Order: sequence, then structure tokens, then C-alpha cells
Amino acid sequence: MLNILTLAATEAGEMLEGLKAIGAGLGYGLAAIGPGVGIGTVVGNAISSMARQPESAGMVRTTMFLGIAFTEALALIGFVVFILLLP
Amino acid sequence: MNVIALEFPPVSHLFDWPDILFSGSLFAVNKTVLIYLAAVLITSAIFLSAGKQRGSLVPVGVQHVAESGVNFVEESVVMETIGPEGKKYLPFLTTMFFFILFSNIFEVVPGIQFPANSRMAVPITLALVVWVIYNFVGVRSQGIGGYLKNSLFPPGVPKALYLIVTPIELVSTFVVRPFSLAIRLWANMVAGHLLLVTFAILTQTLWDNGYVGAAAPFAMLILMTGFEILVSVLQAFIFTILTAVYIGGSMHAEH
Repeated sequence: MLNILTLAATEAGEMLEGLKAIGAGLGYGLAAIGPGVGIGTVVGNAISSMARQPESAGMVRTTMFLGIAFTEALALIGFVVFILLLP
Repeated sequence: MNVIALEFPPVSHLFDWPDILFSGSLFAVNKTVLIYLAAVLITSAIFLSAGKQRGSLVPVGVQHVAESGVNFVEESVVMETIGPEGKKYLPFLTTMFFFILFSNIFEVVPGIQFPANSRMAVPITLALVVWVIYNFVGVRSQGIGGYLKNSLFPPGVPKALYLIVTPIELVSTFVVRPFSLAIRLWANMVAGHLLLVTFAILTQTLWDNGYVGAAAPFAMLILMTGFEILVSVLQAFIFTILTAVYIGGSMHAEH
């Protein structure tokens, strides 16, 4: 019993590192779900409107990049947390 | 750090470069600084040399590059977001676009292969410059009261909702904007560099151990290099277009 306790005490640091790594991976994975769906929606709708009205393609493309930039920010914040949590 | 039995350097080692000149002082020069200096030199060389010779009607060489660059920023950034009265910000936006583009593109230049914008200092400085400019433009074109009123109390919102809307607008317009602008550029460059480094290390380890399988990550490395060229251009474009959107937004009151 004591043996296990001392083992746990010495491995607490490594345990923390491992948990951090798991948290970083999970955090980034979760943060990527929403923006993934969001960017898909933005680009899909932009493509369908470009196909419907090719003459407005320039305006649609600019607005599409704006939408992507704002949506992507959430994923990037997840990425920053991932970098910060890395051991 | 140990990834799939490879010796992967810690993330901070990939982005820290030793000082080359003036080590230890405030003006220490390392690889990142040299890349930025190169970006400044290339940008000013293109535009100064294109502006000095009296332009021929049919642009050739460096004049062609400069003219199509200015034209691109004018047509697809300024005209699409601010409109004709944004023409006076064209020099600023064009310079910024090319500076960010050149400091990003060193990510894929063989022998250098480091995106200078994956260090936070210059992106956050550029974002703060943008912050100062769009606030200044807003105050100058709408007056300080009108600018604050339009950005904090957007019209067309029910009175009671201002309790929620105003704090959100305050934080998002004046605090979060410069940081999201800087983080977008920085994090994209960090992610790209990590991606390339991962495949390069994988290729080298497999090759050193004599596996033919090294061809697979090498092919992926080539593919990702192409993708990173796209990302470099796209991030420079997005930074410029968001700057233009912020300037345009504070220039015209929302109706």
C-alpha cells in the first residue's frame, strides 16, 4: 500500500504532464468541431451563390474570406490553448 | 518530446533562434529579425524601383509586379469593403499586404524556412497600429461622441437589449479585435511551421533508418509546402481585408 502511495507521489509530476497532454489534445479537437462545421457552411453557401450569380463572384469571395476569418478565430484560440498546455 | 518513437524537439525550440549580432542587448539580431529586414527591403525595393522609373504604358518587370499588386489591393480589398473614399488608405494597405506576404513566404524558401510571423511581436504591433488607425478614423469622421455612440449603441436594437449589447460591443470592438487580428496571423503561421517540421522530421527519421516508406511523408511534405504558400498569401490577404473592414466600419456610421 505504502509502496503504491510513494509510487503515486513520484509519478504525480509525470501524471500531471500526461493529463496536460490529454487535455491539450482533447481541447483542440473540441475547438475544431464548431469552426469546421461553420467554415463548411460559409464556403458551401458562397459556392452556391457564386454558381447562381457568377457576376457577383468577386463580392461573394471577399465576404466569404471575411466569414472564414471570423469563424476560424475560434479554432485558432483552441490551437493557442493547445500550444500553451503542451508540456 | 516523443512522437511515434521520433525525437521531436520541444515546440519552443522550433521558434527560438540564437542571437547572431549584438547578443544580450536590446537590439539583438536573430534569424527572425533578419527575415523581417529582408521583407522590408524587398517590399521597398519593389515599390521604390517601380516608382522611380517613369512608367511605360505597357508595364514590364518590376513595374508589372507593383502595378498588379496595387491593382489587386485596390480592386479586391478597398473597393469591396470601404468604397471609393477608402482610396487614401491604399498605400498603407498595399504596403502592409506585401510586408506580411514576404515575411510569411520565407516559410517555404529553401534554406530559410521560417515564417517570421510565427513570433508574436510583429503581428501584435501591426494589430495595434491598425487599432490606433481605425479608432482615429472613427473619431475624425464621426466625432468622438458619434463614434462611441455608433460603435457601442448600434441602432436598431431594442432599448432593453443595450444592457447586454453594449458590454459585448465594448469588449469586442476595443479589446478583442487587435488580439484576434494578431492571433489569426500568428497561429496560422505557427501551425503551418509545425506541420512542415513534423513531416520533415518523419521523412528524415524513416530515411536514416533505411525505410522506403520515407517517400510517403516526403510526398506529403511537398504537398503541404504548396498548401503553405496558399496559406501565406491568404493570411496576408485576410489581415489586409480585415483592416479595411475595420477602417470602413468606423468611417461609415451603421444604419
